[in-house]
Amino acid sequence: MAVAIIDYGSGNLRSAAKAFERAARDAGRDIKIEVTSDPEKVLSATHIVLPGVGAYGDCIQNLRQCDGMVEALQQAVIRERRPFLGICVGMQLMATAGHEFGDHEGLGWIEGDVVALQPDDHRLKVPHMGWNDLSFTKNRDHPVLDGINDGAHAYFVHSFHFRTAAPAELLSHTQYGGTVAAIIGRDNIIGTQFHPEKSQATGLRLITNFLNWSPAT
Amino acid sequence: MLKVRIIPCLDVDNGRVVKGVNFVDLVDAGDPVEQARLYDQAGADELCFLDITASSDNRGTILDVVAQTADECFMPLTVGGGVRTLDDIRNLLLAGADKASVMTTAVKNPEFVRQAAQKFGSQCIVVAIDAKSVSGEGTEHEKFEVFTHGGRKETGIDAVQWAQRMAEYGAGEILLTSMDRDGTKSGFNLPLTRAVSDAVSIPVIASGGVGTLDHLVKGVTDGHASAVLAASIFHFGTYTVGEAKAYMQNAGVPVRLDPSTHIADNATRQEGQ
Repeated sequence: MAVAIIDYGSGNLRSAAKAFERAARDAGRDIKIEVTSDPEKVLSATHIVLPGVGAYGDCIQNLRQCDGMVEALQQAVIRERRPFLGICVGMQLMATAGHEFGDHEGLGWIEGDVVALQPDDHRLKVPHMGWNDLSFTKNRDHPVLDGINDGAHAYFVHSFHFRTAAPAELLSHTQYGGTVAAIIGRDNIIGTQFHPEKSQATGLRLITNFLNWSPAT
Repeated sequence: MLKVRIIPCLDVDNGRVVKGVNFVDLVDAGDPVEQARLYDQAGADELCFLDITASSDNRGTILDVVAQTADECFMPLTVGGGVRTLDDIRNLLLAGADKASVMTTAVKNPEFVRQAAQKFGSQCIVVAIDAKSVSGEGTEHEKFEVFTHGGRKETGIDAVQWAQRMAEYGAGEILLTSMDRDGTKSGFNLPLTRAVSDAVSIPVIASGGVGTLDHLVKGVTDGHASAVLAASIFHFGTYTVGEAKAYMQNAGVPVRLDPSTHIADNATRQEGQ
């Protein structure tokens, strides 16, 4: 097994890599974890992770400028249906479009758009930063969510959020002056708005589940 | 519901924690990595490393410490002290920090905060503000001023306006230390904390002066802070992070209790024992 964590110049990849290494070690699995900007490595990986912090426009632009990367992702994730995890902005990039500092076309894998958080309580600060609890309304049998229950806390930090168009693709949500998508997914694709690599036991559990995931192809 | 964060702060000098932590099972009281691991197990919501001497020659040491901590702790890690350039921030992030805290450099060159936020994202730029009451104490005209150099050097900058400017420049968070309370154990400067928290739309971490668990509660209920940071009450074992959380919850402040409660995986649980 090999996990490719895509490096397109966005964010703290060491944190993510370390959490995957730890999860692999705890599971007693010999899994190669590689932080890479090489599309070939993505094409040969069994599991693909797209992290991301920063502004939507910068992120999608940097990803597109990474030669051959979007094509490699389309091949491995959409056509070959290998397990894919998007984290934070990496999750948001799967949307049809993002509206942070202008309008930007996303990867278009999950129907919906990424818009500014506007909590209905003006005392709530933006960014939404800190530990918030997850609610699961459906899809409790998703293998990546195994053992993570209603009320588990995860670490969020974001100012924009994913409005999914298809309710079935919203796997978990949290409350922050309104409903905020926490986990989205379909088929072999899953994404978390929160940072599993920073969410202690809950996050490590999710990462372990992801490494064990063999979605139907 | 978003929980109020409890953030222990480790003062690190040349790779060693200066104030010891009074954990019973601590083998090496000066090892920041071991302390970080214990705070992780105790349910701390984030961790802050302050490189208190921050001279350029020990920068390598703090990078080592950050890297070792990132191997062990899976919670957000803020590192501050001596951050002067964009490369300093990049190196901290590459070592495994999630956020860099900037103070003196921001005062000297406010544009640095804008550049850093654009390059790394607001989420990883914490602007630290050391402030004191300077006039009108106890009145509605009370004024607060920014200080540097451990509270010794006045800047003439109004703390509330400064916080607003830093938020506008892209800071993701304000770490606000009540310098007139730091080390006194008499509680946060609540008028200061409230004035800054109410003036900015980004989260404010209250720091400085915590001596009792009620001070933590007041920082949130009266100071309107989003998070509370404390050093000595945890270091000296006066209270544990768990006791602080239980107290705050009883006082009606939402906190994240027992991070492993919801995890059905025994292996994950045993690891913390």
